[in-house]
Amino acid sequence: MLVNELKKSFLISLWFMFLTFPIMVIRVNTVENIIQWRWANLFFVGIGSFVLSALWRYLIRRKEQGIKKTEVDGVARVTLSQRLLRERRFTIPALIVIAIVALAFPFVFSLYQTNIMITALIYVLLGLGLNIVVGVAGLLDLGYAAFYLVGAYSYALLNYHFGFGFWTVLGLGAGMAALFGIILGFPVLRLRGDYLAIVTLGFGEIIRLIMENWNEFSFGPSGIANIPRPGFFGVEMNFEQVTVYVYFLMIALSLFTIFVVNRLQNSRIGRAWIALREDEVACQAMGIDKRKTKLMAFALGATWAGFAGVVFAAKTTFINPASFTLWESINILCVVVLGGMGSIVGVIVGAFILILLPEYLRFLSEYRILAFGTVLVLMMVFRPGGIVETVRRTYQYEEADH
Amino acid sequence: MEYFFELFLGGLTRGSIYALIALGYTMVYGIVQLINFAHGEIYMIGAFTALIVISVLTMMGWNQIAILLIAAGVAVIYSSAYGYTMEKIAYKPLRQAPRLSALISAIGMSLFLQNYVLLAQTSDFLPFPGLIPDFEFMEPYAHIIGSPELVIIITTTIVMISLTFLIKFTKIGKAMRATAQDRDMAMLVGVDVNRVISMTFIIGSATAAIGGVLIASHIGQINFYIGFIAGIKAFVAAVLGGIGSIPGAVLGSLILGWTESFFTGYISSDYEDVFAFIFLVVILIFRPAGILGRSTAEKV
Repeated sequence: MLVNELKKSFLISLWFMFLTFPIMVIRVNTVENIIQWRWANLFFVGIGSFVLSALWRYLIRRKEQGIKKTEVDGVARVTLSQRLLRERRFTIPALIVIAIVALAFPFVFSLYQTNIMITALIYVLLGLGLNIVVGVAGLLDLGYAAFYLVGAYSYALLNYHFGFGFWTVLGLGAGMAALFGIILGFPVLRLRGDYLAIVTLGFGEIIRLIMENWNEFSFGPSGIANIPRPGFFGVEMNFEQVTVYVYFLMIALSLFTIFVVNRLQNSRIGRAWIALREDEVACQAMGIDKRKTKLMAFALGATWAGFAGVVFAAKTTFINPASFTLWESINILCVVVLGGMGSIVGVIVGAFILILLPEYLRFLSEYRILAFGTVLVLMMVFRPGGIVETVRRTYQYEEADH
Repeated sequence: MEYFFELFLGGLTRGSIYALIALGYTMVYGIVQLINFAHGEIYMIGAFTALIVISVLTMMGWNQIAILLIAAGVAVIYSSAYGYTMEKIAYKPLRQAPRLSALISAIGMSLFLQNYVLLAQTSDFLPFPGLIPDFEFMEPYAHIIGSPELVIIITTTIVMISLTFLIKFTKIGKAMRATAQDRDMAMLVGVDVNRVISMTFIIGSATAAIGGVLIASHIGQINFYIGFIAGIKAFVAAVLGGIGSIPGAVLGSLILGWTESFFTGYISSDYEDVFAFIFLVVILIFRPAGILGRSTAEKV
């Protein structure tokens, strides 16, 4: 048994040594025609893959046993996170602690930390918005950053040309994004699955590329600078105060989002989205208007991206199309899937992890993205439902007494 | 008219290269219904491996043609090995999981491989030697089409024909078609589905590696990021033709290559990509399953 395992690990480490040989060992520089041989790397790869492959097989086996167990029991496993979320004993104190931390955060931590928190909160907004489209309505959208761009450019351009203030545009930008959501929604009504994904991807790229090339309208790749920060009844604020102000603004906006999204999910339209996700044909048979439901999902999902975009433009005071590439859409999608599709708490947790993890992985410096990619793969392999899995709403019947 | 031919052949070259990458996408999708986001990275690794082999062999002073062939061979072997390993690590444990999870896993793999090459090699653009020699008999036509383009078109044609042969007439090809149609049923009649999936990844990666070597020596430089953009374009081409269909991938790639080439040549180079995407959106609106894709009736 042990010998077998060791043999397996040994073979795997040999395989990886072969696999990484050209790229890890030889480094070429075709400019100066230098070839460097780094034999030490081969040794590290061998040892590393030997240990990791043993660990990997152990974890996979454990996971498979877990799946088997639930199949035998016939009862859906309620995960620890779910149990914690259900028990009021835990949720109320947890909420109080979170509220205190959130309120005290900008006064305790540095400005830099507060700025990161603002970014994380922007992603909470984006994640919750995309969650409506992907998680609840089941429409895979790979061009979500386009709506984010629409929000940001709405503020930048309306301010530049007409001098509109932050608060006016906050609503307008969200409206614009919703409008674009409907514009995207119409042509893709008939598409499903991956075709939908690729069209939304194309849509996102079209909008970004137009912004990049239409210099007269959007100032091209150089972007728009000097966007004013949000004002507070005309009070003059220094940089630090504005940051704290934006932070609280984002907290308020996030709470508002959480409230609305939560209400939406339990509303008539929310139920219709879930029905649409589960089975389109059955959903239509139940008398749900598929067109209206899909368009609502796109429009309402895009709205939050619009809000987030306006705040993003106001926070950074500079935007250019490079901030809204396909990678941005993928990042937001990762927030939703990593956190747990369809689960509001999950998406919030996902947003914080995805934004804060790379920040706090800075000690790994250049290995940061490598580690991030690894975390994504491992998370999905060992917890494919996300950090906080959604549980489907179930009704329990109580046995009637005779 | 000559200008038209030049654009036509330019588009054909471009389309051929997209096709080599798009094939991997479409084959993998046909069998496991997964958008393999890391496929572009396999192509990039193929190009890098080839560059490393070329540099080492050039220092040893080998003959140019021999270097090209050996480099292409090694690139194919390594890309296939990477594709195989990637499937075992990132996708196989996720067969039963929701499809979006596999997509995220693919994205993670793509990030990992990009940064792996970035850290182990370099972030700069490296010049890639143009190894394809100028043939003498091509000289009169040199203003319309160069020898490298000709080699690319011919290689792609050969790859396509052998792949069609493989899928249509061999045992593994039959098993692949069976798995694509119905995985459970294929398993029941004795098809080793795991092996078929591994083979699909290996073949897809091998064609991507050929594409990588050809395009790198055509463009003349590579870096760790080339896979991403090429991957997206090839994916668009695969969907355009009808994802899951091999002739569709070729047709979609050629159409994409031509639209880009003619649009750049006659209208403007600024909006080249915009036009490619608009074209895609329009086609999918009128034919939601792609040009050659069969739209399956929904069973209730």
